[in-house]
Amino acid sequence: MIKNSVTWKIGGEAGYGIMSSGLIFGKTCLRSGYFVVDTNEYPSLIRGGHNTYIVRAAREEIFSIVKPVDILIALNKNAIDYHKDELSQDSHVIFDTDRISKEDTKVLKKSKLYPIPLISLAKESGGQEIMANTVALGATIALLDGDFEILSDVIADVFGTSKKEIIDINIAVARAGFNYVKKNFPGKISYSLEKQKNKRDLMFLSGSEAVALGAVRAGCKFFAAYPMTPINPIINYFAKNGPDLGIVYKQPEDEISAINMAIGASFAGVRSMTATSGGGFSLMAEGYGMAGMTETPLVIIEGQRPGPATGLPTWGGQADLKFVLHAAQDEFPRIILAPGDPEECFWLTAEAFDLAEKYQTTALVLIDKHLGESRYWSPIIDSSGYKIDRGFLMSEADQQKDYKRYELTKSGISPRPIPGREGFTFRVNSDEHSEYGFSEESAENRVAQMEKRMRKLELCQKEIPDPKVYGDKNAKIIFVGWGSSKGSILEAQKILAEQKIATKFLHLTYMNPLPQKFLEKFFGAIKKEKVLMVEQNYTAQCAALIREKIGYEIKDKFLKYDGRPFYPEEIVEKVKAL
Amino acid sequence: MLDPNKFGTNEEITWCKGCGNFGIFVALKNAFDKLGWKPNDVLLTYGIGCHGHMVNYLNAFGFEGLHGRALPVATGAKLANHKLNVISIVGDGDQLGEGGNHFLHACRRNTDITCIIHDNQVYGLTVGQSSPTSAIGFKSRTAPTGTVEEPINPVSLALAAGAPFVAQGFSGDIKQLTDLFVEAIKHKGFSLVNVFQPCVTFNYLNTYKWFYERVYRLEDTSYTPNDKVVAFQKALELETKLPTGIIYKTEKPLFEESLPQIKEKPLIDQPIDNIDIERLFSEFR
Repeated sequence: MIKNSVTWKIGGEAGYGIMSSGLIFGKTCLRSGYFVVDTNEYPSLIRGGHNTYIVRAAREEIFSIVKPVDILIALNKNAIDYHKDELSQDSHVIFDTDRISKEDTKVLKKSKLYPIPLISLAKESGGQEIMANTVALGATIALLDGDFEILSDVIADVFGTSKKEIIDINIAVARAGFNYVKKNFPGKISYSLEKQKNKRDLMFLSGSEAVALGAVRAGCKFFAAYPMTPINPIINYFAKNGPDLGIVYKQPEDEISAINMAIGASFAGVRSMTATSGGGFSLMAEGYGMAGMTETPLVIIEGQRPGPATGLPTWGGQADLKFVLHAAQDEFPRIILAPGDPEECFWLTAEAFDLAEKYQTTALVLIDKHLGESRYWSPIIDSSGYKIDRGFLMSEADQQKDYKRYELTKSGISPRPIPGREGFTFRVNSDEHSEYGFSEESAENRVAQMEKRMRKLELCQKEIPDPKVYGDKNAKIIFVGWGSSKGSILEAQKILAEQKIATKFLHLTYMNPLPQKFLEKFFGAIKKEKVLMVEQNYTAQCAALIREKIGYEIKDKFLKYDGRPFYPEEIVEKVKAL
Repeated sequence: MLDPNKFGTNEEITWCKGCGNFGIFVALKNAFDKLGWKPNDVLLTYGIGCHGHMVNYLNAFGFEGLHGRALPVATGAKLANHKLNVISIVGDGDQLGEGGNHFLHACRRNTDITCIIHDNQVYGLTVGQSSPTSAIGFKSRTAPTGTVEEPINPVSLALAAGAPFVAQGFSGDIKQLTDLFVEAIKHKGFSLVNVFQPCVTFNYLNTYKWFYERVYRLEDTSYTPNDKVVAFQKALELETKLPTGIIYKTEKPLFEESLPQIKEKPLIDQPIDNIDIERLFSEFR
C-alpha cells in the first residue's frame, strides 16, 4: 500500500548544493500534485559544516515536517552517522559509493540501501563532482515513480538565470541518476510521487518570501536592512526585484542606520520597513522608541533566533516576545503581530503597514528562522479585495491650513502631513513636544501628550480580530500557542485525532494589543480541561503575558529552547503525559 | 537680501548669550534667503545637543531625532523624495562620537545632503565634557587632568571617506559662512561644512579670541580646492592657523542616480493602490 506522506532528507557538507537540491525537490513534489513542507539545517559556516534539507510531501494537507525520515540521501559518511537514528521503520537510503564505503553503511540495519556512484555518474554524463546532488535527485524521482519531465522543468526554472549549457548538463546528470535506479533497482516501494492532480492551486514559499510579498502588496516603497540571519531572504527579494517593483532597498552601515533611514523615509511620506534579528533589534531599540515618540509609522520584521548575543545564529526560537514588547525606554504604543505560516506572513505584514499608518506608531512582525526560511505549501493568495488604509495622511489641499502635528484628539491620532508640500511647515520631535511639535517640558503637556499616544493603543485593541481556534471545540485538551509554532501544533492535532484524542488549539497572532475580551471569555470558560502552552523559550513568555493581561495561569507548558523546531511527535508525547 | 526672518519662529531661544550657534543660525537663514527658498523648500534633520534646539527656532520642515542619527534619517527622507532639499544639523560629539559610523558612510555614499557640524570642541548640553574634537590637554568634567586622545579632524576624515565637497567655516564670520552654506547646498552630492564655534560657557580654551587669532579665509589666498592631496595638507593645518573656506570640491555620481526606480519620479509620487501581486506568485509555483 502506498503511504500518504513521504519524508526525504539530503545531508552533506556545506558547498555540496544541499539547499538548491531541497528547493528543486520540493518544487517537483508540489508540481507533481502534492502538499509540501520543507526545512533546512545549517551551521553558521560557509563551507565544511554539515547541511541538511528535509522535504515532506503528502497527498493530504500537512502543516509541518515530522521526525522519521523515509528516504535519506547521504552525500558523505557524516550524513549516515548523523541521521541513522532518524530513519523510519520503512526507510530507503541512497548513498554515494564514490564517497561512502560499504563498511560505512553497516550501521544502517533496517533500511533498504541503494549504493549509487553519484559522482561518477555526474562526471560520465558531462557534469562535475559537485553535481552529485543532482544525480541523487534523479535517482529519488525514479525510486518514487515520479515524472522526470517535472523534475527537468523545475531544474530549468531554478537554474533559470544560468547559461543553457549549465541547465542542460544538470538535466542530463539528473537523467543519469534516474536511469541508474530504473535499471538497477526496478520495482515499486511503499512511497510514491506519482504525478496526480491536486484540486487546489498552490504555491511553495517561505515565511520570509511571504513577508516580502505582503510588503509589496501593501505598497512598501522603502526598505533598509542590515544583513542578518534569518531575514536575508527578505533582503534578497527586495535587492533583486526592487528596481522592477519601484521599491528602494538600501543596505545601511548598521542596524541603527537601518531603522533611522526607514523612519526618515516614512516621515517623508512613503510606506517604509526595516528587518533584523534579535541582535540587530537590540541596536534598533532607541530608534524603535523614536518612531513611537515622533509618531512616525514604521514596520519592523524581527526574525527570532536563539541568543543571547550571537547565540545559535542559524537556528530558531520564540524568545524575543517580551523583548519586543518592552524594547526602548519608557512606554509607547508597540503593535506586535506574530504570523504562523506564509499566508499569515503575507496578510499580517500587509496589516502591519495599515496599522502603523493608522495609529502612527510601530508595527512589528515577529517571525523566526524556522518560519522564515522553511517553505510551505500555500494557497494562491487572493488580495483583490484588499484596500490600503493610510489612516489620517493629509491630502495636499488639507496642508494649506494652520496645523498642529501633535494635535490632541479624542482618538489620540492627529492628521499627518508630508514634508515638502506648499503651505505650512511642521516639525516632529523626539523631545517631548507641544501640539505644534516644539520642545515642551511642562508637566501638563507631558501628561496630555503621553495620554494621547497611549490612547491609540486602546483604540487599536478594539479593532483587532479574534484569534483563531483550530480543532474540536468540545475538546478537553487545549493547546495555546503563538506565531511560528502553529504548523507543528496543527500537525500534532492531526496525529492525536487519528488516535481518537480530540484537541483544540488557540493560536495567537496579535500579541500587542492582545484580543483582551476574547481571551477573558476563552480562559474564563475553562473548567476541567487540560491547557498546554507550547512555545519556544525558557520562561514561557506568552504564558506570562496571558497571566499578566488576562489573569489566567497556564500550568502545563511544553517549552523548548534548543534551536530546533517543535516536532509534532514531541507534542503528542507531551499530551499523553499530561 | 529679501527677508531671512521668515525662517524664524516665535519660540524663545535658549542658547547662552554669545553662543556660536547664533552665528550659524543667522548664516543658515541668510543662505536660504540667498537661494531664494521659502520655508517649505527645505527639510532639516537634527541631532541631539545644543545645536539640535534649532528645530524649535527654524521655520522649515524639521525632524529632531536621536543623538548621532540625523544623517540616516536624512538619507531615508532623501531616498523617499529626492526632490526635497535635505540638510542635517549636527554637533561634534553628536556626529563624530555617537554617529561616527553614519558620518563615514554618508561621505562615501554621496546622497545629495548637506551636513553642518557645530564644532565647539566640547559637550555643552551635558554641561562640559570632552568631545571627539577637544584638544589634547583640554580639561573637562570627564578629563579633569586634560584630554589625552588625539582630536578627530572632521575635514580630513571626510576627505578620506570620499566626500565630494568639504568646507570649514567659523561662526564669527557670518558673511563667509553664508556663502559656504550656499555653495555646499548647491553642490550636487554630499557636502560637509565643519563650523568652528566657541562654547562661551564650557570651552575656556577655544574662545572667540582664540579663533580670531587663527582663522584666515582661503579665498584671500591662491588656494584652489581641486586637489585631494593638497586638500589633505590644508586640512591638517590646525595648529597655529585655521583655514576657512572650501577645502575640496569635486563632481561624483550621486547614489540616487544609481536607482532606476526613482529615475522618472520620486518614490513619494509613485501610486501604491492596486499593485499587481499575482504576477509575482509565478516564481513560487
